[in-house]
Amino acid sequence: MKNKYSIFSLIKNAFSYHENWQRAWRDPVPKKEYEAIIIGGGGHGLATAFYLAKKHNMKNIAVVEKGWIGGGNTGRNTTIIRSNYLWDASAGLYDHALKIWEGLSQELNYNVMFSQRGVMNLAHNLQDVRDLKRRTHANRLNGIDAVWLNTEEVKKFCPIINTSPDIRYPVLGGTLQRRAGTARHDAVAWGYARAADAMGVDIIQNCEVKGIKRNGDSVEGIETTKGFIKTKKIGVVAAGHSSVIANMVDLKLPLESKPLQALVSEPVKPIIDTVVMSNAVHAYVSQSDKGELVIGAGTDAYISYTQRGSHDVVEGTLKAILELYPIFSRMKMLRQWGGIVDICPDASPIISKTHIKGLYFNCGWGTGGFKATPGSGDLFAHTIANNEPHKLNADFNINRFVSGDLVDEHGAAAVAH
Amino acid sequence: MFLINCPYCGERDQSEFSAGGEAHIVRPKQPTELSDDEWAEFLFMRKNIKGIQFERWNHAHGCRKWFNVIRDTSNDKIHAVYKMGEEPPIK
Repeated sequence: MKNKYSIFSLIKNAFSYHENWQRAWRDPVPKKEYEAIIIGGGGHGLATAFYLAKKHNMKNIAVVEKGWIGGGNTGRNTTIIRSNYLWDASAGLYDHALKIWEGLSQELNYNVMFSQRGVMNLAHNLQDVRDLKRRTHANRLNGIDAVWLNTEEVKKFCPIINTSPDIRYPVLGGTLQRRAGTARHDAVAWGYARAADAMGVDIIQNCEVKGIKRNGDSVEGIETTKGFIKTKKIGVVAAGHSSVIANMVDLKLPLESKPLQALVSEPVKPIIDTVVMSNAVHAYVSQSDKGELVIGAGTDAYISYTQRGSHDVVEGTLKAILELYPIFSRMKMLRQWGGIVDICPDASPIISKTHIKGLYFNCGWGTGGFKATPGSGDLFAHTIANNEPHKLNADFNINRFVSGDLVDEHGAAAVAH
Repeated sequence: MFLINCPYCGERDQSEFSAGGEAHIVRPKQPTELSDDEWAEFLFMRKNIKGIQFERWNHAHGCRKWFNVIRDTSNDKIHAVYKMGEEPPIK
């Protein structure tokens, strides 16, 4: 990397009052042709470009983004990272990502503020207890750290939780993955963008894809608001808008796009040093380094691309938060927003080639794609470069909806979808 | 969040209703003769349209009847509501 970030560059730039830092990535004009084009400049898309350049030696690639990089779901999620999934296929996929997270700041020379503060999942009824214990055992068999905590241990780990047996959904215990945690979502997009750019990847922002040009069974390029760009390989990582791109080539995907909401409070002093998720009451909370409580709500039940979401969904989540954490009763919420998530019928992602030669899709991450960002990029790059899936994403092909080999993570994934 | 004009009960809050997804997906007449591809198409594949969508809703916390809605999914504006079995009032 030309301008490596280090303690020395920090000191050097301090002398010029930090006014002469170099641009982190270029703003190039699109070339006429690329070896591969990634549609979507979120974390997954930028990571895909980075690993294509780094591991597969494809330097002539572009990422096209209709807005600004990291402005979609990458900048809208609750930044939770974990890998405690029930099924083997999911465990392999998400733990692959978690292992990359552990060295990502060094790999990118960019501090993504990855913090392994632990993720705790609460159980509120007997069935929750059974399910979560089963998942703990499954995780351990797959080499993923997981422990079961009883109510006292939950209270000890996170003292502000109301563990009284009198509440509507009492805490009967929980699971803890200590390697799990959070990262700074914007930094992930910026870090990948900077590192990919340094290897020659063109990141083209404000460039919306309007059509995909086909020649028989293969792709020839994309029509964009910045003109036609030729390519033989297109990787689509458009999250909530995946179906919009797929409809351009009359490809139907098993996806429904729905608003998922999150909100943050006013900043306060450190009060919760971990991430606590609750499936039954659908509320999860952590605290950002700025001191804001970061709260995740659920999805609306209907298809919508509005990036808003319904009030009653947020209301339900906040009711649950208040019962579990009475201490938050006078907190003021600063901001609320929605992101459009593309959900598969089995709540697992698709990282797959399609029946159209040179067209690849990475979608269906639903409500939990952020945690997988590095792994998703790595495996999608492998799939695009080799025209074959890596063994870790072989089960996440688009054909599973025909064969019936679903990876059904509804409920099993430790969070309601 | 929006209001839906139930054809049986009148205008109510969206939270009273359950969304039933894309409308007019006809159940195959001879399920036993379907190939796996055709089953997948019927069960899972959706247009997931950004824009005008024809969809089913159920007034779950009201009359519990199913009906169709034409809604723009890019802004949640409802263009028409019509009963099951009726022709869509707009194409």
